[in-house]
Formats: sequence, structure tokens, C-alpha cells
Amino acid sequence: MSNTQKEWPLWEVFIRSKQGLEHKHCGSLHAVDAAQALQMARDVYTRRQEGVSIWVVPSSAITASAPDDKGELFDPAGDKIYRHPTFYRIPDEVGHM
Amino acid sequence: MQAPVDYLLQLADSALILGQRNAEWCGHAPVLEEDMAMANVSLDLIGQARLLYQYAATRLNAEGKSAPALTEDSLAYFRDVPEFRNYTLLELPHFPSHTGLLAPAAAAERDFATTIARNFLYSAYMALLWEALQNSKDEELAAIAAKSLKETRYHLRHSRDWLVRLGDGTAESRQRLQAALQHLMPYTQEFWFASEAESAAAAQSTGVLPATLQADWDALVDDALQEATLQRPPAAGYVTQGKCGRHSEHLGYVLGEMQGLARQHPGASW
Repeated sequence: MSNTQKEWPLWEVFIRSKQGLEHKHCGSLHAVDAAQALQMARDVYTRRQEGVSIWVVPSSAITASAPDDKGELFDPAGDKIYRHPTFYRIPDEVGHM
Repeated sequence: MQAPVDYLLQLADSALILGQRNAEWCGHAPVLEEDMAMANVSLDLIGQARLLYQYAATRLNAEGKSAPALTEDSLAYFRDVPEFRNYTLLELPHFPSHTGLLAPAAAAERDFATTIARNFLYSAYMALLWEALQNSKDEELAAIAAKSLKETRYHLRHSRDWLVRLGDGTAESRQRLQAALQHLMPYTQEFWFASEAESAAAAQSTGVLPATLQADWDALVDDALQEATLQRPPAAGYVTQGKCGRHSEHLGYVLGEMQGLARQHPGASW
């Protein structure tokens, strides 16, 4: 097996849009290492003032749920509406939630 | 206090011409991420040029010599080669040496190492110059310098990063970058002698004598080249004088492409 990797590894990009909010996944890109991935994320994903902070994570470090498990993982929550806090009124002062 | 208009044009033309050159990569860069980065750098440079042209136009109009009134567009699109004050370094094509090719349309011959080496040499100089110009006695210019400094520091970071990666990379990337430096380094001599406009600006403390930045620039360049395991080629031979309006044969082609549309449809808007 050859060790020469032609494609640069893939990175997932997370951007925090302003202080106090969480980082959100916004896309992915190819880069040779973490430092370059950060720089490229800046160029590709924050051109329109989208962010104040960037995280990059190797895509290979992410473990994803299998699409085939969708039924058993997620369907059981479907009929449990009492888990939604829709029976409370949120005071206006609370703001973003 | 107001800086000489020619001093403003020297800064503006350099930003515009390099912005135009780097924009040739748009849609053609080696990878998508780099395509965006190069376009961002171009837009920063063209933004700097716009601020400087707007200011220069205001100043020239106040002198009341030109009718109709000048605008940023008339300065960018309706001046000819001898009126441009950019460094010769910035008008060169993205080719490592004299390949005989002039037109920027020869896309297949474009060399990314040349682009990186040029952006590095220029942004290292401009990071120092903008920093100094923040203290210009011309308040308008000082404000433009403060804005441009942040952008230029990023350009320096971006090009220095690639310089190190490619210099300390494969045999081919290293050879290409060394060739690009060999080709471009002599053109950096133009940075250091003072043009008439630079002398006048320095005398009134609206500008700085370029020679005062040379030691810091040398240190920036040596530091990066050492990290990139590249040799610093000598900067010797003919000293170009683009900033005095004496240009290479390449600028005409750049202006032809850049100004063609504006000249065929004067005053057009979208």
C-alpha cells in the first residue's frame, strides 16, 4: 500500500457568529494541517463577517450515527410531545434561548 | 498637513496593480480554498486603492485644474502607463522568469510560487510602511494606513505561510520558489531609493523615507527564508523605477485588460 496521499485531508469548520453564542457547524474544507485549515476557514467561511471565532476538527475524528439506525434512535421520541417545553411562557427579558 | 498627491498615487497604484494581478487567479487557483484566499487579498488591495484614489481625487479637484471633476474611477481607468506610480515588481506576470510571454491570458504558464514570493516581498514591506504611516501628519492617510495595516498583516501571514510550506516542501516546490525569488529579488531594490514624492512626504512627516524600513524588512525576509530553508538571492543589477512612472513592457498589458471595459463604455454602471 502506498503512503502518498494525493488529496489533502478533510476538516469540519465550526464558526461562532458572536460572543455568547455557540460554535455552529458551517461546512468543510481540504487543508494539509490544522493551522492551514484555520486560515482557509477564515478565507472561505468568514468573508461576510460571519464569525468571531473558528474551530476546525479533522473530519476523520467525527463518529457519526448510521443512517440505518434512524428508526431505533430517533423515532421513539416522535410521540413524546410532553418533552417540549412549549407549556411555559418565556419572559421577554430572557432574550435568546 | 496633507501628503503630496503623487505619494498617495504611488500607494494607490501599487495596491490596484497587485490586486489586478492576483485577481488573475480567480477561478484558476490550485485549490478552491486558495482561490477564495487570493480573491480576498485582491479585494483588500482594491479596497485600499479605492480609499486612496478617492482621497487623491478630492485633493486634485480642490486644486481646480481638471474639468470634469476627477473620481476614483477616472484615476484607475483613464490614466496611461507613464502616469502610473506602482512598483515595477507588482506589474510582472506570474511567471518565474523571462519566458517571452506577456499577456496575462496565458493561464497555463502561471506559476503559484511567483505569486507567493511577490506577495510575501511586497506585504512584508507594506506591513512596515502602513505601520509607520499610522503616525502620518496627514490624518486622512493615517486613517487609511490603520485600516490597511490589518489587511496587510493577514496578507503577510498568508504568503509567509505558503513560502515556508513550499520552500520546505517537495523538491519541485522548493526549486520553483527559489527560482521565483531569484527572479523577483532584484525588483525589491526599487523600494529603497526615495522618489521625489517620497522625499517630499518625508520632509513634511506625512510619509517616511523608505530606506528607514530596510533593516526591519531584511529581518522579516531573512527570518522567513531561513524557516523555509531557502537561499536569499542577491538584489543587484538594474534598479527599476516604476514608482517614478518608468515601467516595464508588462504594465501596458495589465492596463489593457483592466481598463478596456471602462474605456469602451465610459460611465457605465450596473
